[in-house]
Amino acid sequence: MLRLPKVEYLVPKSVEEACSLSDVHKEKAKVIAGGTDLLVMMKRRLMEPPQYLIGLKNIPELSDIRYDEKEGLKIGALVTLSSLCESSIIGEKYPVLGEAASYFGAVEVRNMGTVGGNLCSAAPSADTAPPLLALGAKVKLAGASGVRTVPLEEFFTGPFENVLRVGEIMTEIQVPVQRPHTAGAFVKVTRTGMGLAVVNVAVVLTLEERTCKEIKIALGACAPTPWRAKKAEEIIRGKKISDRLIEQASLAASEASRPRSVPAYKKELVGVLSKRAIREAISRAEAV
Amino acid sequence: MNGVLHELSVHPLKTLLEVLREDLRLTGTKESCGLGNCGACTVLVDGKPILSCLTLMAEVQDRDILTVEGLVQGDKLHPIQEAFVEHGAIQCGFCTAGFIMAGKALLDKNPNPSEDEVRKAIDGHMCRCTGYGKIVEAILAVPSKR
Repeated sequence: MLRLPKVEYLVPKSVEEACSLSDVHKEKAKVIAGGTDLLVMMKRRLMEPPQYLIGLKNIPELSDIRYDEKEGLKIGALVTLSSLCESSIIGEKYPVLGEAASYFGAVEVRNMGTVGGNLCSAAPSADTAPPLLALGAKVKLAGASGVRTVPLEEFFTGPFENVLRVGEIMTEIQVPVQRPHTAGAFVKVTRTGMGLAVVNVAVVLTLEERTCKEIKIALGACAPTPWRAKKAEEIIRGKKISDRLIEQASLAASEASRPRSVPAYKKELVGVLSKRAIREAISRAEAV
Repeated sequence: MNGVLHELSVHPLKTLLEVLREDLRLTGTKESCGLGNCGACTVLVDGKPILSCLTLMAEVQDRDILTVEGLVQGDKLHPIQEAFVEHGAIQCGFCTAGFIMAGKALLDKNPNPSEDEVRKAIDGHMCRCTGYGKIVEAILAVPSKR
């Protein structure tokens, strides 16, 4: 039987308590959300076990999904991938997010894994990152010395590295209200059903009379962090949609990608998936 | 646990799988990979399928847990268990409990699933023996058994 090292498990009842525990114990403590990433690493002894695990599941506000017409969407960091898929407000206002969540792992993993955990793992292939980047998301980080809000684009600093300071935890993901005639698409290639993305892409764009008013193209698993293909976006933004433009943008995304493994294959795939995602987003925006 | 209240004193970092098999002697649920990749350890917590090898005891206080042992009514098999037997969906049987719990969770939510929906629901489960075809058939056969 593959067992965990029996470290101490702390159960804060509020965000303040969680931050204060994290601040007191510093590197000796690790925060745990769904556990689908951390517990695997602990079981495989891939890391020095922490002395304390700080469990966040007993803090109810971290599992809320709230929406209002001015502030947009606020997703608690402990919201599970399943809850993202099943949320009617996300299905209505931000369907690309629910779509991306449904490609995640398998139903059992989606019932356990959380969006905060996925982002904080800072895996280059994290599936919630491209749609949230393409939606212009920000993340709220709380620490003993206060709260700060960071654009998601600035949150990832390298493979499995993020800007969280010792003693800080992610509490919320904020997504702004989307403009009318906006739609998105998410495309992922993976080797198996449960697999990590080989490449994943999310595109969110706003279309008015075949002119693209705004576009964000975000990708994962093809650079040290999830990233936005800004040069590709510039090619399409403000212009009338055409096949040639989509080709040029997809090529730009491919050229800007920096995959570490099988680069020729991944760069080709970036071009193909970007084109597919842009086309799908356009056809959905036309229907909206 | 399967409708019976248990009071246990265990380390919070014991996994639900360890406690099921070793403390409660409910050995129907299996450990195959122990790392969340194969689905063999799947049980239902509050009706939702989860991987018991990655679930801490600290997380299941006061929750309703259903294991494969909880499906039998006296000496009568649950329709999904019958379907697995009738359709030859069991060879070595090691993955079976996990597939059955996933199938039950699906049918509880979606009583008449399509083949695609069944395949998506069992995406997290590995079978080395059957090639999956008869497992899918068995789950699809359950609605007409009721």
